[in-house]
Amino acid sequence: MTGWIFAGSLVLALVAVYRPFGDYLHRVVTGTRHNVVERGVYRVVGVEPGTEQSWGVYARSVLAFSAVSILFLFLFLRLQDKLWLSLGVDPVNPHVAWNTAVSFVSNTNWQAYAGESALGHLVQMDGLAVQNFVSAAVGIAVAVALVRGFAAKKTATLGNFWVDLTRITVRVLLPVCVLATLVFMVAGVVQNLSGGTDVTTLTGATQHITGGPVASQEAIKLLGTNGGGFYNANSAHPFENPTTWTNWLQMFLILLIPFSLPRLFGRMVGQNRQGYAVVAVMAVLALASVALTVAFEVHGAGTVPQAAGAAMEGKETRFGVTGSAVYAAVTTLTSTGAVNSFHDSYTSFGGMMPLVNMMLGEVAPGGTGSGLYGLLILAIITVFVAGLMVGRTPEYLGKKIGAREMKLASSYFLITPALVLTGTAAAFATGNNGTALNVGPHGLSEVLYAFTSAANNNGSAFAGITVNTLWWDTALGLAMLLGRFLPMVLVLALAGSLARQKVTPESEGTLPTHQPLFVGLVVGVTVVLVALTFLPALALGPIAEGLS
Amino acid sequence: MTMLLDKPVSAGTIAPAQLRRSLPQALTKLDPRTMWRNPVMLIVEIGAVFTTVLSIADPSVFAWIITGWLWLTVVFANLAEAVAEGRGKAQAAALRAAKQDTVAYLKNGREIPATELHLGDVVVVEAGQVIPGDGDVIEGIASVDESAITGESAPVIRESGGDRSAVTGGTKVLSDRIVVRITQRPGESFVDRMIALVEGANRQKTPNEIALNILLAALTIIFLLSVVTLQPLAIFSKAFQAAAPDTVALNADGVTGIVLVSLIVCLIPTTIGALLSAIGIAGMDRLVQRNVLAMSGRAVEAAGDVTTLLLDKTGTITLGNRQAAEFVPVNGVPLSSLVEAAHLSSLADETPEGRSVVQLAALPSREPGLMPDAVFVPFTAQTRMSGVDLPDRQIRKGAAVAVLKWAGKPSPEVTEIVDRISDEGGTPLVVAETGRVLGVIHLKDVVKPGMRERFAEMRRMGIRTVMITGDNPRTAAAIAAEAGVDDFLAEATPEDKLAYIKKEQDGGRLVAMTGDGTNDAPALAQADVGVAMNTGTSAAKEAGNMVDLDSDPTKLIEIVEIGKQLLITRGALTTFSISNDIAKYFAIIPAMFAAVYPGLDALNIMRLHSPGSAILSAVIFNALIIVALIPLALRGVRYRPSSASALLRRNLWIYGLGGVVLPFLGIKLIDLLIQFIPGI
Repeated sequence: MTGWIFAGSLVLALVAVYRPFGDYLHRVVTGTRHNVVERGVYRVVGVEPGTEQSWGVYARSVLAFSAVSILFLFLFLRLQDKLWLSLGVDPVNPHVAWNTAVSFVSNTNWQAYAGESALGHLVQMDGLAVQNFVSAAVGIAVAVALVRGFAAKKTATLGNFWVDLTRITVRVLLPVCVLATLVFMVAGVVQNLSGGTDVTTLTGATQHITGGPVASQEAIKLLGTNGGGFYNANSAHPFENPTTWTNWLQMFLILLIPFSLPRLFGRMVGQNRQGYAVVAVMAVLALASVALTVAFEVHGAGTVPQAAGAAMEGKETRFGVTGSAVYAAVTTLTSTGAVNSFHDSYTSFGGMMPLVNMMLGEVAPGGTGSGLYGLLILAIITVFVAGLMVGRTPEYLGKKIGAREMKLASSYFLITPALVLTGTAAAFATGNNGTALNVGPHGLSEVLYAFTSAANNNGSAFAGITVNTLWWDTALGLAMLLGRFLPMVLVLALAGSLARQKVTPESEGTLPTHQPLFVGLVVGVTVVLVALTFLPALALGPIAEGLS
Repeated sequence: MTMLLDKPVSAGTIAPAQLRRSLPQALTKLDPRTMWRNPVMLIVEIGAVFTTVLSIADPSVFAWIITGWLWLTVVFANLAEAVAEGRGKAQAAALRAAKQDTVAYLKNGREIPATELHLGDVVVVEAGQVIPGDGDVIEGIASVDESAITGESAPVIRESGGDRSAVTGGTKVLSDRIVVRITQRPGESFVDRMIALVEGANRQKTPNEIALNILLAALTIIFLLSVVTLQPLAIFSKAFQAAAPDTVALNADGVTGIVLVSLIVCLIPTTIGALLSAIGIAGMDRLVQRNVLAMSGRAVEAAGDVTTLLLDKTGTITLGNRQAAEFVPVNGVPLSSLVEAAHLSSLADETPEGRSVVQLAALPSREPGLMPDAVFVPFTAQTRMSGVDLPDRQIRKGAAVAVLKWAGKPSPEVTEIVDRISDEGGTPLVVAETGRVLGVIHLKDVVKPGMRERFAEMRRMGIRTVMITGDNPRTAAAIAAEAGVDDFLAEATPEDKLAYIKKEQDGGRLVAMTGDGTNDAPALAQADVGVAMNTGTSAAKEAGNMVDLDSDPTKLIEIVEIGKQLLITRGALTTFSISNDIAKYFAIIPAMFAAVYPGLDALNIMRLHSPGSAILSAVIFNALIIVALIPLALRGVRYRPSSASALLRRNLWIYGLGGVVLPFLGIKLIDLLIQFIPGI
């Protein structure tokens, strides 16, 4: 019952904020005024905020900004011992530094290190947290550029990346995070610059109680669907996520932006109902996934779960099975990857759900921005096939889906599965599939999970394999980098191609893309395509494990 | 050979003989240089070569049967294309026969073979001779038998000047003598193009076909990847369960090559890949069967997208003749007097209007010849009236102004009725006899029966119909309202048409129109689908992207439907093809891995006999479904004009759900049969 209230109230809260928050996002990206802070930023960066960029310039700006960010973060991690607040830790070794730099810039937040022992406070605050903000903003900016492509009539430009980046950070991410930080502090999340305290416990042992600017980092970790925890235990750690209601708030923050962006989409293309259709696809997939995960965990097969009444292994008792299973679904349905329980310990099918969520391309509702553009790509593919069946060459929102659009959308759709499958196969082919513990179907799932998480920029781990080796850091780093930026370039190219088109007016002969039939169709196409792509691999992993 | 609107076209049935005839061609198409055009089937062919090598290296019944069916899959795909092309071939052969051995008699007296004619040459064609090339009549008038192209046996008149000056090479002059200036380059005549089109020789992929090919290529790459990357995972799993027995599908070296190729072939969209080009050729063919020649596949595709139809009023929307619809007496004249006078005055009037007056009057017929003392006065442009002089009185009927002046009795009542009729889109004819005005005949432009429903149907399909007429706006508005078109363009000049098309296109719409005159050429060229009438001028035919050999403007509606049907067939078979994969997974995955992980046998929901029979059944089903769907690809899926939502729902049920369910049944059925093959 509490589980129902927990999940139900989350849905209601998201429904309540959909319009106001989506409208606010719409105002932010369409406004014409620049506030003092923003004008300052533009002056420092040397940007003329009125200039419109073509898709090529927009894409180059995204890539240049991200490249500089990776380089900066890499150096930061390598030089952290020479800076303040380093707490005496060593510099991060080169391959972990590369992996971490790519991971945070690509909004993945895969962590090949343990936060509390490997990093100082300064690098957490000014290195990682900064990327938490801007990598989320980059994702939203690219999504907005794509939506502008749909809304535009015969233009060559998509807006200005620097303006989008600055506004989203200053007007959306920062204010919400300040508020959330305060709430988290009230709830008992740690917020200090202490290096930690050593205390003697009742049994006489010495325990190191860590400190750090946790609450502030926690807020953006969730709001920006980043997921990189201050501590190694991530949101399972009581200093990050102390109570049931902070657990609820964490999920709310994760879902806030991704679930509100369809409203912005609807507003910008001038038909709110199109936004409702997109959010409906997200919601159907998300609800089904949450329900299945919870069901598998509560009624999980196996001796231990049945003795305990549910699969309790690897879960915090303060969250319970539902609070953990919902979190696992939410964090993988988005590109967050924060965890409050140990996915490796889930039942076979319960553990398959996070994997499948990511394989869906993280579109339900997905990462900040990346979820929307991912879903729109799927909608384009659906429109293409369904559109033919109504006897017209396919069009979506009045834009023709021709050869060029299909080339870009298909390539987008190819990239992540290609990275996941080749990465997994390479790990096995090169014998990098871990230790003697990782055998059989479960061992296979662990490797598959790692590449699925990296290529989809999720960042959560099934764990079980030692991933801070040179091979893993390099391979996952590449998967994260290519899995983030190749799709972005394709999305922007698509946006440019759509923007150049004129708009075909809607008529009775147009495929309606706002009705339940279409929503169901997108859901179906998404599930079928993903199932067809990954079923052989899943069959040897969680399915074999679950059916044995 | 004018086709009626709803006459079914027998394009869907194929005789076994036809398949046999196309077989040699299907085999020559196995050449990789030809297969290159079809990436999906090329992959199948490469796979077939690979399994052939494997079967030779390590022969087994299973390996050879799989190999055989993989080759059959490729042959079936080629067969689909060959059959589609075969239909055009016969037509082309007939055309080519007509074209050969024609001699051209140049005006300067020289005789040269028709193939050596050049642009601008002037030739003389006399009765009984075949016109050597496309051109315009510059001198003379002749009746011409165009049945070689149109199939229509009744001769047509071709004369110099005006809109009936174009002649086509290969047609035959039946009477008289004409002088023709050749307007074609050698080898580019209408018949040459027609041959090329029906043969599909220089068929270019259309934009939508290219886009669909990209999607199919992407799916192929994904499935290739997901199968190829499966190998290290399979080796790992087999090593984990080393004690599990080897099967035809899996041993310590991983999944066997034969099974890997089978899995790839079953997953990649072979069904639509095999039928895609046949669908395109058949679409063109369906137009040809309705006597429409599309100059490019792109035009057929555009036809499906058309959102605005520009239709000429006369001949398309209305019957083309004004007909008497009502007698309105004035000044207390009894109706019978008016009817009788109108009848008398029209007896000698052979115009359709005149005959319709007689018909409406419905009085006992009286032959003009039986009234010796009656003198019939014919209509002239000067008097603008006609009538009859009888011994006791004179009767006149004609334009209101002229007749009122003749009768000398202007009457406000008459003027009022005349205005009312004009407002309603009709034409008033005033009837008067000596000394008094009797009344008015209401001539109406009669809308063809069924047009209103047809336009309503168009509206449901999301197509706007626009009536083009030379009438004044008042008349046009009335007829437009009666016919139920969405808009009209009155007093339309060719420039107006062009401007209207451009305006529609700027709003993102696609426009289709028909035209025949030289002055229609710019608009025909501008329209997305421009259908030139075969009776029209060379300029018009050159400007349009389709030619209607029957010169029937109503056919535009059919052309749109054929375009839609083509696109729907593509979408439906793509959906079907992808949906099929679900069942194939349920056959192949347990077949591959149940030996290693016995739990996976739960996925064998079809309870197939053995791993070998399961894989073989999937491969056989995959090949047979191509042959089974050739008739559908050629005929096109059933199309009933309706809204997009209704169409989508219907096609999803049939081809989406059908595509999921059918292979489960098919594979099970095949498995039941082949399990008796020894060694499977």
